[in-house]
Parts: sequence; structure tokens; C-alpha cells
Amino acid sequence: MSDAVAVERTLAGDREAYRVLVERHSAFVYRLAYRMTGNKEDAEEVVQEAFLRAYQKLRQFAGNANFATWVYRIAANYAIDRLRQRKNEDARRELPPRVVEGEPETDPLALVKDRAPSPEQLAGSVQLAAKMKEALGTLTPAERTAIVMRHWDGCGIEEIAAVLKSNSSAAKNTVFRAVQKLRLALAPFVEPRGAARAVGTES
Amino acid sequence: MRHVTEEELFQYREGDQKGREAVAAHLGECAECRGELARLEAVFAALDAIPVPDPGEDYGARVWRQIAPRLPEKGPRWWEVFFAPQRLAVAGALAALVIVAFYAGRVTKQPLPAPVDLAKQNQVRERVLIVAVGEHLGKSEMVLVELSNAQPASGQKLINIAAEQRRAENLVEENRLYRQTALEGGDKAMVSTLDELERVLLDVANSPDAVTPAQFESIQKRIAEHGILLKVRVVRQELRTAETGGKSQPAQTDSTAKEKNKA
Repeated sequence: MSDAVAVERTLAGDREAYRVLVERHSAFVYRLAYRMTGNKEDAEEVVQEAFLRAYQKLRQFAGNANFATWVYRIAANYAIDRLRQRKNEDARRELPPRVVEGEPETDPLALVKDRAPSPEQLAGSVQLAAKMKEALGTLTPAERTAIVMRHWDGCGIEEIAAVLKSNSSAAKNTVFRAVQKLRLALAPFVEPRGAARAVGTES
Repeated sequence: MRHVTEEELFQYREGDQKGREAVAAHLGECAECRGELARLEAVFAALDAIPVPDPGEDYGARVWRQIAPRLPEKGPRWWEVFFAPQRLAVAGALAALVIVAFYAGRVTKQPLPAPVDLAKQNQVRERVLIVAVGEHLGKSEMVLVELSNAQPASGQKLINIAAEQRRAENLVEENRLYRQTALEGGDKAMVSTLDELERVLLDVANSPDAVTPAQFESIQKRIAEHGILLKVRVVRQELRTAETGGKSQPAQTDSTAKEKNKA
């Protein structure tokens, strides 16, 4: 059964048809959810909520669109709301923020440089992945969403802008800011310390 | 010489056309900037190093078990049923039939007894509906028969079913209106037949314009699978009997449909 037929049947009241859609696309939505939230529990919750919301809004789904892309966007929207909500909760409880802006005291580079192992020590991709995961945690919800959608899922800038509720130019800047922060955070591991030069300067 | 900025490098990597040639020319000459680009690439490589745990083969089924109890029942909303353009067209056709039937009644049965018998009016409406549903089933049967009987020529790579597909699309809309009417009238047998018919029609409507012999065979199989043609024919026959003055009580349609379902 194609996705389009499954959507039609669901709208006609056939719940089993929706089961087909859920079973077919859950793993795909899970990958996005995991990359955005960084842990299994939250990712699973995002997936469930995305399919619940998609079911409730199914009448708004344009028949000629792609169901997978549509539910993906719903999941991204929900995940970013969740990240923001969590950030606010952390702030209220006066916990150190999981996500930091580019202020001096919360500079991603500052977060990792003191604990930075030598490049040799960090040769294994497992360690590098762990450091990258940590660096991703320092991004704002919008930056994290933007880099996940752009890098892993190859989404267009317009699509990212729609999820971030901003315009293309701002969305492009958000992707760039995310890359810049990740690069700074990983600088000690991907190049010898002090080797980085200030780009854009005269040589 | 000015080095390229981090943002310019990033935009270059993103495939931006603005200033692309200048950046490319600079990169060709400047090893330092090439090193910067390599460091940027390393960031993306590091992103790829983050594993996503495999949620397991049965993950989709698990998600379904978790959300299924929370899904509300879904069915067409009454205003959507009545105000969708396609449905309005069908409703218009029904109204036209009612008017024709009304005037036909006036012409053939003058003088009318006064006051107008309400029960007779209902009978007229019911007859009009029977005629309309009968016609709809006739058109549906025709599409399904054409598809079932078609024999692709040997060696034919693609079979064009665009015409049948368009007809099936229109019939799906009509079918929903009649299904809704039958549902409101409590005619379960009719609802069940129209339900099955809708699935088959949707299968046809959502197929590609041109299908391979294997796909075509699969469509034919789906039509044959639940004996939908037989069911449509039985219901049409019942409707014809009702139309020509036979009994057309819903209860009787129900029971005959049960027989038909057994078949």
C-alpha cells in the first residue's frame, strides 16, 4: 500500500492504514529525533508525539506531498519546542544551561579546552563522537535543529527556515553559527593547539 | 593577500555561487586556507561519527502499540462530506433527479390527490437515491470489469491505465457520499460493500498512469481477491428490483448482503 493510499484510508476511518504509515516511517523519524535530543528516551517521545500530531492534522496534509517529509517536519517542530522548553526549565531551576549562547563565560571552546586531550589521544572516532555529542549539547535549540536538518538530512534552507519560523537568510546564518561553534569546540581535537589562525586576516 | 573568512569558506562548501570563483582561486593559491577548509570538513566528519542507536526491527510496531490507544476515531466530517466540490456536484445531480422525478410524477399522475402524501414523497426520494446509487455501481462495475478483462499483449512493457485511473478518482468521491448516506440510513450491508469498493477504487486511482504487466496483474488480483465485482453486481441487482417496484427495505438488503458476503 502506498503512503498516499494509506493516508486516504486513514482519513476514511481505517486505523490499520495509519499503522502502516507508523511502522514504515518510525525509524526514519527516530534518527532525526535522536540527533536533535541526544538521548533515546526523549527521541522515542518525540517520535510518538510526531505521529500523534500527524494523525490529528492529517486533514491538513496535502495529498500530493510526501508523508515522510511531512511527519519529519512535525517531529522537528516538536523537538525544537521540547529543547526550548527544557532550556527554560533548566533556567528556572537555576541549573547550568545545557545549551549556551556565544557569551564569553559560556564559549563552547572554553567548555572543552581545559579537558582537551591531545590529538593522538583522541584518534579514535568513538572519543571524537563523544566530544562532538558534547559540543552539540552546547548549541541553542535553533542551531541544533538547523545543523541536524542541514547536515544529516540534507534539508533545504527554506525547509529549515519553515521549522525555525524565520527567513532563509536567518536560517542560513543559524546553520553557519552552529558550524562555527562546533568547529571552535572541536578545534583542540582536530588540530594542534594554537595552530588555528584568525581566518580572514592578512597573511 | 586577504585570506577567506570562515563564513566564506562555509558558504563555498555549501555551494553558494556568490564570490565562488574568487574563493576557489584563492584556495588554489593558499595552502593555509585549504587547511582551514580541511578543518571545516573535519567538523562534518566528526558529526558523522556520532552513532544513532538502532531502535530495533520492531520499532515501528512498538511505536504503534504505544500510540494506538491514544488515537481518536477518525471519519469524514459532515460538512466536508456535503461541501466538497465533487460532492456538491453529485448532490446537484441528485437534486436534479428529484426535480425530474417530481415533475414526471405530476405529468403521469394528474390530478394529484391533495394534500400530498408524505409517505409517497419519501418513496420518491428513496427511489431517486436507488437510481443514483445504481448508476454509480454500474459505472464502478464497468471500470473494474474493463481492468479485470484486459489482456496485455505479450512483450508489452507498460500498460496505460490513465483513463481508468481518472474514472476511479471521480468514483471515489461519489462513493464516499453514498457511503455516508448509507451510514446515516443505517444500511450496514451497503456501507460494507461501498467500503470495499472504495478500497479497490483507491488502489486503481493511486496507481501510476502506466503500469508494468506485474503491477497490472497485481491490480487485477486485488479486484478479484474479495469478489468485489460479484458483490457490486448483487447489490445492483437488488437495487434494480427495488427500482422496478420490488421491496427495498434496508433490512432485506442487509440479509441478502450477508448471503452475498458468504459467497
